[in-house]
Amino acid sequence: MTLPPPTSPHLQAPISVTRVMLRVLVALIPGLIAYVWFFGWGIVINLVIAVSTALVTETVMLSIRRRPLLPFLSDGSAVVTACLLAFAIPPLAPWWITVSGISFAIVIAKHLYGGLGYNPFNPAMVGYVMLLVSFPREMTSWVPIIAFSHFPLDFAASANFIFTGHLPPGITIDTLTEATPLDALRTNIGLGNTVSEIRAQLGLDEATSQLLSVTPVFGALGGKGWEWVSGGFLLGGLWLIYRKVINWHIPTAMLAALTIMALIFYLINPERYASPLFHLFTGATMLGAFFIATDPVTAATSPQGRLVYGAGIGILIYVIRAWGGYPDSIAFAVLLMNMAVPLIDHHFKPRVFGHIRE
Amino acid sequence: MSQANRRLWRFPGGVHTPQHKQESTRLPVKPARLPQRLVLPLHQHIGEPAEAIVKPGDTVLKGQMIARPQGFVSAPIHAPTSGTVVAIAEHPVPHPSGLSAACIVLDSDGEERWIDRQPVGNYAELAASELRNLIREAGIVGLGGAGFPSYIKYNPGHNKFIQTLLLNGVECEPYITCDDMLMRERSEEILAGLQIIRHALQARECLIAIEDNKPEAYAAMCRITADYDDIEVVQVPTLYPQGSEKQLIKVLTGKEVPSDGLALNIGVVGTNVGTAAAVSRAIHRGEPLISRYMTITGGAVGTPRNLEVLLGTPMDELINQCDGDIGAIERLIMGGPMMGFALKRHDLPVIKTTNCVLAVSAADLPPPQPVMPCIRCGACADACPVKLLPQQLYWYSKHKDLDKVQEYNLFDCIECGCCAYVCPSKIPLVQYYRYAKGDIWTREREREKADIARRRHEFHQQRLEREKAEREARRQKKKAALRTDTSAARKKKQAAVQAAVERAQTRRESAMKAANARRGQQSPEQATGDKPQEENHETDDSSHT
Repeated sequence: MTLPPPTSPHLQAPISVTRVMLRVLVALIPGLIAYVWFFGWGIVINLVIAVSTALVTETVMLSIRRRPLLPFLSDGSAVVTACLLAFAIPPLAPWWITVSGISFAIVIAKHLYGGLGYNPFNPAMVGYVMLLVSFPREMTSWVPIIAFSHFPLDFAASANFIFTGHLPPGITIDTLTEATPLDALRTNIGLGNTVSEIRAQLGLDEATSQLLSVTPVFGALGGKGWEWVSGGFLLGGLWLIYRKVINWHIPTAMLAALTIMALIFYLINPERYASPLFHLFTGATMLGAFFIATDPVTAATSPQGRLVYGAGIGILIYVIRAWGGYPDSIAFAVLLMNMAVPLIDHHFKPRVFGHIRE
Repeated sequence: MSQANRRLWRFPGGVHTPQHKQESTRLPVKPARLPQRLVLPLHQHIGEPAEAIVKPGDTVLKGQMIARPQGFVSAPIHAPTSGTVVAIAEHPVPHPSGLSAACIVLDSDGEERWIDRQPVGNYAELAASELRNLIREAGIVGLGGAGFPSYIKYNPGHNKFIQTLLLNGVECEPYITCDDMLMRERSEEILAGLQIIRHALQARECLIAIEDNKPEAYAAMCRITADYDDIEVVQVPTLYPQGSEKQLIKVLTGKEVPSDGLALNIGVVGTNVGTAAAVSRAIHRGEPLISRYMTITGGAVGTPRNLEVLLGTPMDELINQCDGDIGAIERLIMGGPMMGFALKRHDLPVIKTTNCVLAVSAADLPPPQPVMPCIRCGACADACPVKLLPQQLYWYSKHKDLDKVQEYNLFDCIECGCCAYVCPSKIPLVQYYRYAKGDIWTREREREKADIARRRHEFHQQRLEREKAEREARRQKKKAALRTDTSAARKKKQAAVQAAVERAQTRRESAMKAANARRGQQSPEQATGDKPQEENHETDDSSHT
């Protein structure tokens, strides 16, 4: 056996793709806890389905492509894709939604493009968009937060519903699900209501809401419950920056752009446009900023490029949320900016040390 | 003098590596044992190799010049001890290629008899050029690892104003501690050397930069320079590769040396602390560069330490002196683990640029891990001290797009290894860059060759064409001549035919006349009667042509 001559550097930092992916998974935990607390066990079941599907499809694709199984299965990238997509799917979505979404993500968006490192589009978001445009009903039936749900489902009932579609007697699908805060806002603004009216109707405190038997949708910052989940993701994301798993550029640029856009329109017409805080702490903003837009494979690479990329996503999120056809827009914004990455990388190169910028 | 409030800048990128410097700084430096046989490569520096001026069988004294510089960028080599030259031959040398090169082999006589050393009484009385000449004669090259002839570096040229003389005691590579120990033990010598170099350069200020992982060395240098207002010892935060001159200048001055320029262009000259000590020895003691401080360390070395080693000493002897286990060496590296290169043998000689011999055991090395695809994480770009885009360089190097890789400034890469160190996919990035650089150099050479060949070919082609044209002209001429020839011949032939026809006619006519005249006589005329028939035939033939 002849080894290539060992060349410098002879040292390597104790870091690996697996470790990077594991840290991302660890950083999802605070968000997950908040999620389970507010929306029940559905997410856990979704995660299990998603991860198993991802591992199976990954194995199949690696075998077909004749790639070594062990290093690629243990790199953790498929698991991260699965977890991110599971967070984007409604907690009580039927099992086949999760399975088809993940399979699509792994087979089409990842392996057909060459596998780890070669996919131009974020696989989780490709899977999500496929699901959203194909199964809009299943993908927009969200559950209300447990505290205000009339019929909170326990773990077994959630699993039963996800796998068989059967609900405990007396509960119908309509009583179980509800629009998300973003959706509620969209629909009501579409009906001609003002933000303050909508908030007055749907942003009640616990006592009043129970009195009126109306589910509150809005919390202090964003959506009720959602603001806590977002806070969890923010916490995990800050830890990722601290551990240098991700750079600060993309999340900061994305959140700043979204805030500025929201602020401009909020100042122009606060009755028509929701506040910046609402946009930051509702929907998948925080998940998107720290976990999805920062996917290194599909993001821009230079510091300036990352700022442009993040800002582009932030602006697109606002545009689609405010005037687009879908309630939330992280996936579309990320995929659109994924397309721009080669161009951004080409135009935003750092000034090389000792060179004068032209 | 030390100043706590000096403003420091940051160079881009850099990495924090494990230091492993403690191991080899526990013991004071001692001279290595005098080896029985020394091997002195003629090429121990950047530039042209030296030329041997001794022959096998010659007896030499310690410090005697045994090889003289060839050309401007070159350095002489001196006998590290007294003894006999046994051979001048090819011998394996410490070089990344693992090849052999011309060496002077010297057997020591164990007596260490010096040449007649001639110290300079007062260097300040000498002109800068005379000092530089002495430094050149002493064979001094950059001892930090580069090996560039120092006398050239200490020549600011015409109209160059030197603001700062920068003494580099950073020693940022892990494991290496020879400069650290030198600063601790020989601070006076370093200071003396610094003053000489400063005199040669007429530099305004002197800075001595030391990383904050060497507090003893820092303290020693502060003590020795306490009375000098114009020499400042600066402690810089430890960050690899701060010892690289351009990066260090950025840290100390905030200025960037132009990519295609030298530190000299921005009024800075940098030199290693070991080089300064060597300059002091050369001037104050008249001793050329024949030995150096070096670190012998690594997992396979029982007692890691620094030794003062004669150039030409085989490395395995040094490892043995430090209780090393040659059998346990997994990889033998000359230099540090970040930029050093692996050696193919254990018995290679120490040369001027050997600052460290790192005998790595299996436990020191990271477990071999599979190379994964690049996940574009950009950790390499964040670590690059030159702000390159290692990922793009990797991509284009891998696909042999040599134009693109140059467009991404491959030749600004200092091969420090930061990118490969931080890569989570374990891609041997620097190796790709070396290959790409090699390919580009080969291409340049080939292009040059091709250029010459092309010019030659064009000339050849021109000559061929000229010859062809000449030939053609000749041919045309001949052809024309031939054409006139043939027409003349034809005319001649036609004339002949005509003549024949006429002759035949007249003959026939005369024959007819004769026949008519003879009709009454009946004489034997049958024999001549055939002839007119024959001539008729001929006439027919010629009418066909």
